[in-house]
Amino acid sequence: MSGVEESSHESVEVKENNAFDDDVEDQLGDDYAVDPTRYIFYRDRKEWADLEPVPQDDGPNPVVKIAYSDKFSDVYDYFRALLKNDERSERAFALTAEAIELNAANYTVWHYRRVLLQALSKDLEDEMRYITAIIDEQPKNYQVWHHRRMVVEWLKDPSEELEFIADILSQDAKNYHAWQHRQWVIQEYKLWDNELEFVETLLEEDVRNNSAWNQRHFVISQTTGFSDPTIVEREIKYCLKQIRKAPHNESAWNYLKGMLQDRGLSSQPGLLERVLELKDTHCSPYLLAFLFDCYEDVLESSNQKENVEEEEREGTLRKALEICKLLAQEKDTIRKEYWHFLGSSLKSKYGSSDSSEESTADNSEPSVPASVQQETS
Amino acid sequence: MGTQVKDVIVKPDAPSSLMLDKHADYIAAYGAKKDDYEYTLSEYLRMSGIYWGLTVMDLMGQLPRMNQEEITDFIKSCQHECGGISASIGHDPHLLYTLSAVQILSLYDNVDAIDVDKVVEYVKGLQQEDGSFAGDKWGEIDTRFSFCAVATLALLGKMDKINVDKAVEFILSCMNFDGGFGCRPGSESHAGQIYCCTGFLSLTGQLHQVKADLLGWWLCERQLKSGGLNGRPEKLPDVCYSWWVLASLKIIGRIHWIDKAKLRAFILACQDEETGGFADRPGDMVDPFHTLFGSR
Repeated sequence: MSGVEESSHESVEVKENNAFDDDVEDQLGDDYAVDPTRYIFYRDRKEWADLEPVPQDDGPNPVVKIAYSDKFSDVYDYFRALLKNDERSERAFALTAEAIELNAANYTVWHYRRVLLQALSKDLEDEMRYITAIIDEQPKNYQVWHHRRMVVEWLKDPSEELEFIADILSQDAKNYHAWQHRQWVIQEYKLWDNELEFVETLLEEDVRNNSAWNQRHFVISQTTGFSDPTIVEREIKYCLKQIRKAPHNESAWNYLKGMLQDRGLSSQPGLLERVLELKDTHCSPYLLAFLFDCYEDVLESSNQKENVEEEEREGTLRKALEICKLLAQEKDTIRKEYWHFLGSSLKSKYGSSDSSEESTADNSEPSVPASVQQETS
Repeated sequence: MGTQVKDVIVKPDAPSSLMLDKHADYIAAYGAKKDDYEYTLSEYLRMSGIYWGLTVMDLMGQLPRMNQEEITDFIKSCQHECGGISASIGHDPHLLYTLSAVQILSLYDNVDAIDVDKVVEYVKGLQQEDGSFAGDKWGEIDTRFSFCAVATLALLGKMDKINVDKAVEFILSCMNFDGGFGCRPGSESHAGQIYCCTGFLSLTGQLHQVKADLLGWWLCERQLKSGGLNGRPEKLPDVCYSWWVLASLKIIGRIHWIDKAKLRAFILACQDEETGGFADRPGDMVDPFHTLFGSR
């Protein structure tokens, strides 16, 4: 087990070995060395002698004084001193890099660094190189991405962003922060053109990448939209193709349903048949759930039509209930409560009063809103 | 055939009963160990760390083991002139830690230890034109912060001080095609964000706007064969998602859609029999954050 801890959504990755890139080392000056045996504490540096270091105030017990690693306390004692005096200097700026190296999740250090960037009119292109290196080392940290966004905004230059984010995603294709940043860049600077292609590349690599599916929805809804039938047909084809490749794929089915649910799943001609075709060879709980949703939609819209045969309606209901039973008892038993619920609601909504289907488990959860239990018509 | 679905395996010899006393001891001792590097590193979230620890102790009926007076003093010294509260002394104020501080003081029934009006002013000042909330003066927008804002104000009884309608509008703009919510409009649905948004809508009396069946299904789909819950499709299970997902399901009235027994087995397996505390998944290192969410 490693000695590294993850707290909340922020992964604090600590490196005991110093692995600076050249830019960072330059900023720290010549007397800083990567070799820890040659490290000179700030308290021993002549040019820092004017500052009174501020030791950590740890607040209450059992939050008691701790023996931090020497280097950590040294750097942070001096960081606190700089902060206290609100010193706006090159040495302060250099020290923020050290503090960040020791703990990149410390949001106060990042704040201070931004204040200094502006106060000292630092070269923002250099800062881009710096933040690129940091994110590369610690890509799952809110502060680093927020910092990068600020620099991009100040520079008004997003030209490196898509490539950079693609690079980070190549290391972890689901990095939530990376995707947020990507969405921001694309929207802010209108960089939609190649994004769908990018999404498809990622889905080629991992068809189950939920983030990529989300991005697909994002791009289309913000550009062409989903109202054009050609687009919808294209997307249906795409989904079904991916499902054939990997049938057990929650994201693809969620996407398909998400795209069609507002207009009604059964409104799409031929879709039900295509899904039924897949059922024999590429079945999954998701496919069955989708089928159920289709049948439910058929029932819903047949309610509104005058000339639907009672037999037809009952047939659809029966098929839907069979699916619930199959899922609850065999294909997705871990969610049997949900499937029982769906079956019951459907039956009470569309079943006839003299139907003789076997009873399914009742929903006993008191907080289920009454609205889901519809009265039979 | 496609790749394997991501999950973990719970070993047969994993812990299977709740070791409450060990967890209480773990929390009580947390921070008292010398040379605790991990503790040092988490200074930037100290206020939340204290909240998590206190809540666990309170749940186990052992709150008096913690030092209320010193904690209260600590919080007082973390309130800045602008009214906002920081994670620790010398850190900048932030909505996240403002909420944690108010939560702690609420536990102790002592919110007046700080300047409440100033807190309200701080929270109000972070609301943007589109109804969203920034986390602090640097402007990061995230639905987590909307939740922090209303939760803080709800605890203080001052929700009327912000533009609730606009805040709701923003949250609803973050609802995705799968019924879930992300951190900003268009962001991928994520259990942690969903917790914040459903919590928000509950606090603002707008739960009817949630697509409860759709979202409920998405949430119960987080349960994997191991019994554990993940935060979004195709990710590994993590004990803290037991909280985010479960609490969300409870808020929208669909908690019975999760297989309780299997989840329970998974959570218990995340305990560390030697040190006490919970880890994110069986076999990993424990921490107070996961200990709280495991205990809950």
